[in-house]
Amino acid sequence: MSKYYVNKFLFTIDRDPEWVASYRDDPRATVERWEKDVGRWLNPVEQTSWLEFTAEEREALATHDYVWLFEHGAHFFLNLTLFIALFDEEYAAARGPLAFQTEMAQKLDHWTGRDYPSVAM
Amino acid sequence: MAELTAVLASTHHPFYYKATTSPQDQRPPYAADWQRKVEAYRETLTAAEPDILVMVGADHFHQLWLDNYPQFLIGKQETYDATFYNEEREFGIPKYTLAGDLELSRYMHEELLVKEFDFSVSHELKIDHSIICPIITVRPQADLPIVPIYTNIFVPPLPSPRRFYQVGRAIREIIDSFPSDKKVAAIGTGHLSLELGGPRQFGEHGPDPLFDADAIEWLSTGNIDAILANVTHESMAGAGNATHGFMDLLLMMGIAGPGVHADYVDHLDLFHTREMYMTWYPNRTQDQLDAAARAAQTAQASTGPIYATDPAWEQFRTEHTAPAVGA
Repeated sequence: MSKYYVNKFLFTIDRDPEWVASYRDDPRATVERWEKDVGRWLNPVEQTSWLEFTAEEREALATHDYVWLFEHGAHFFLNLTLFIALFDEEYAAARGPLAFQTEMAQKLDHWTGRDYPSVAM
Repeated sequence: MAELTAVLASTHHPFYYKATTSPQDQRPPYAADWQRKVEAYRETLTAAEPDILVMVGADHFHQLWLDNYPQFLIGKQETYDATFYNEEREFGIPKYTLAGDLELSRYMHEELLVKEFDFSVSHELKIDHSIICPIITVRPQADLPIVPIYTNIFVPPLPSPRRFYQVGRAIREIIDSFPSDKKVAAIGTGHLSLELGGPRQFGEHGPDPLFDADAIEWLSTGNIDAILANVTHESMAGAGNATHGFMDLLLMMGIAGPGVHADYVDHLDLFHTREMYMTWYPNRTQDQLDAAARAAQTAQASTGPIYATDPAWEQFRTEHTAPAVGA
């Protein structure tokens, strides 16, 4: 499990419009490309010798599975913001303002009243 | 010495700009009431006639990142760019360029270190909506130099509530001793109970209206003892997973001082969260108090504390949570 690496994915995708569009349209290919082009790099010269996704993390990201990500401690703010970027416009057009955010809350409803998975690392 | 003429503690809501600048027929139903309250609140800052704004907020993973995350950080620049691409995208907030007050940033940083508050520093800090939202709400001219201070309310382990309060006390002493004839206002934003990315987000009310009732009473009465007795990282999480932004409001209360009653208090139930607008005048003048009274009349706000016993909170109390008679 690498919460940090998952969060790094959410963070670096969310801040770049080209990566956001790519992740919306082809999440599986985007995750693979990200690992090569972004994830491994600390700066343009230095790269990690040890950070990588588990198979479950890669699959969750490749399937836009924000419920799994919440349940495994991805940071709630990053997890919300990026998936708003992916789905808010489409949901709002079809069902009105905040429709995506409301659906996300419903999909996580089984956590109401319980301690949420920790985002601490 | 510099004069601290106002301390403002408020929530920051990134939807405000779009809600109040869209064409009339596209504005949400709550926009007019919200705008009236915010523009009234703005007058409480205007009356303080500030020359410099010390601004407290928290970066929302726009710049500060987990490879190197500071607990407390001060910007030390002549100029600050503001608003990131993903804030424009999500909230429609425009980009800004703000002047910085390098002299006060430098003095603040050095004096914080003298007082053993070991702040990190940035010389390339871009400002996010935790500081731009209050610029939009209370100083939309964006014409005053700022000293930005960022806190960690997002990346556990977090500093304690006590530490946020102590940082506020230290900032107060430093502003009071700043060798300048300038007037300084301190403006900080955070949250009452708030849920983001969890099951209680975007509900009918904020996730914990009774936390909000207590929080507004504690802040507006300067009741640090009650806060330290009742507020922990765990209790805030219980009130909503992003409620830790309350600690930035607590920091502002620290600047105002223990036991000091606020001179202007307002709040607004904005369906999924509660907005709060609070001002203290550390060196009250009649003009300031008159301005607060006029603003309060416009906004139907209070010119003093709002207590948790206020009838406004009754709708949120069930028999289970109602206080015992005579308590």
